[in-house]
Amino acid sequence: MQISKDKFKLVGTQLGEAEKISKPSLSFWKDVFIRFRKNKLALFGLVLLGLLIFMAIFGPYMTPYDYASNDLSNKNQPPSSEHWFGTDDLGRDVFARTWEGARISIFIGVAAAVIDLIIGVFWGGIAGYKGGRTDEGMMRFADILYGVPYLLLVILLMVVLGQGLSTMIIAMSITGWINMSRIVRGQVLSLKNQEYVLAAKTLGANTNRIMGKHLIPNSMGPILVTMTLTIPSAIFTEAFLSFIGLGLTPPIASWGTMANDGLPAMRYYPWRLFFPATFICLTIFAFNVVGDGLRDALDPRMRK
Amino acid sequence: MAKYIGKRLVYMLLSLWMIVTATFFFMRIAPGNPFASEKKLPPEIEANLNAHFGLDKPWYAQYWEYLVRIANWDFGPSFKYKSQTVNDLINEGFPVSFLLGMEAIFIAVAVGVLLGIIAALKHNRWPDYTAMIVAVLGISVPSFIMASFLQYFLAIKMGIFPVARWESFMHSVLPAVALASTPMAFIARLTRSSMLEVLANDYIKTAKSKGLSRGVITVKHTIRNALLPVVTYMGPLTAGILTGSFVIERIFGIPGLGAHFVTSINNRDYTVIMGVTVFYSILLLVSILLVDIAYGIIDPRIKLAGGKKGE
Repeated sequence: MQISKDKFKLVGTQLGEAEKISKPSLSFWKDVFIRFRKNKLALFGLVLLGLLIFMAIFGPYMTPYDYASNDLSNKNQPPSSEHWFGTDDLGRDVFARTWEGARISIFIGVAAAVIDLIIGVFWGGIAGYKGGRTDEGMMRFADILYGVPYLLLVILLMVVLGQGLSTMIIAMSITGWINMSRIVRGQVLSLKNQEYVLAAKTLGANTNRIMGKHLIPNSMGPILVTMTLTIPSAIFTEAFLSFIGLGLTPPIASWGTMANDGLPAMRYYPWRLFFPATFICLTIFAFNVVGDGLRDALDPRMRK
Repeated sequence: MAKYIGKRLVYMLLSLWMIVTATFFFMRIAPGNPFASEKKLPPEIEANLNAHFGLDKPWYAQYWEYLVRIANWDFGPSFKYKSQTVNDLINEGFPVSFLLGMEAIFIAVAVGVLLGIIAALKHNRWPDYTAMIVAVLGISVPSFIMASFLQYFLAIKMGIFPVARWESFMHSVLPAVALASTPMAFIARLTRSSMLEVLANDYIKTAKSKGLSRGVITVKHTIRNALLPVVTYMGPLTAGILTGSFVIERIFGIPGLGAHFVTSINNRDYTVIMGVTVFYSILLLVSILLVDIAYGIIDPRIKLAGGKKGE
């Protein structure tokens, strides 16, 4: 088929047109958010997490019952309109205790993650930035400590220091920070030789500024993922310790202690185990899914 | 290789020394004296007991003796039960725990690898989603909750399995499954992602264009390479199975070392806690070392000798 030449028109170069950006520019975190939003499971986890946190804050006020007060005439009641999740062997309201437990569990998870973050960023940041002997020494120490089995050390510390909320968080942090420090060190090592750091140095920025303004903010992605995945493991550890009798002391309600109390009564009063157990799983699930989703969203290889 | 093993051995011993030292000093600062009881002991008897257990010597002498005893595989006496030593407890409980642990490791590896392979071969189709949801659930449900639920539904409600105790093979199924659930999920995810990575390689394309059947490609070319990362997971797997056994054995009333350990924690039987902790640490560190060495042998691409450690 022949097309006559007059069907074509010479457009010529249009200056400026080629330079125009057709899409609005996206910041890094906006881009991450867009990819995170596409992950249905992660989004579900985020909503679930929001609900759990909401209930942890407001749940205890939704029922007239207090988490610690006994009512021996109403013990081991099944779930009803009066006691939504039933009552335990001392007649305490399981609904109130469950949300009180949510506060404790989430607090432990977040506190452990924050302490890990602070120690890990300092240790890994200094080791990675200084390099050489300092790095060698600091990371060797971390390696040796890392070899010590985590749960066994936590158990030992709990036995020696006595049970309690702060002891538990300290025990978890003693080896918990190592993972974070390794991540931060790896990030700092890979970033510190980039041109913008050299530029900052040339402009006279001191170490603190380079670390605080350039290296750490640029490592925020992996740090955030590690934190989100530390929280469920801390929640698990709390429940585990409470379950083997090393947990928090009554009348504090944590999901672990509630499950521990509920286990012997499982056959006749299953709700006493069912509710705390389910919420432990849901919370760990939500944090894991959000952490995984975040990791995928931050991974540039996942960009389509 | 020898250099690498030597280096790892030194690290292992240092970690071990750290935990042994920690246990020793923790024992000294632990609240209450080992003979503290409701009745006050006459001072002479207390002095005798102290002499018997060597507590009258200065701390460095005690510390040295403790190290020598550990090196000789003697984990000390129990302060609560006079006639029993930690070694007795280990000899009695460990075989049971070992059997249970092996069964759990078998389930975790077999089912986990299978799920991972299916998920990778049916990538982004329903078997993939199903397998991965199973895996996320396995990771999110702690073993002790899995154990209680299995016990409640399958043993108490439906009566398919015995509720507790350690008598026959049927008794070991539920505890082993509960113990295996979390590591199984990890292995499934690991297998899936490493399968996907291997499947994207050029040599798979070559194998396909050579006209090899799907089965041959999967078995000979994909799985063999994809399983390497699973081998590295064997170390953490051992740790998970071991600590998991504390609660699982308690829930199912199994007379293993884990159950004894938890009992000694509840009794505050300090010497047993310390002794069993040291035993567990040795077990774990040695098995992690063995796994790392095995990995170096299986995967020829890894040069262990004199290699600088990676990031």
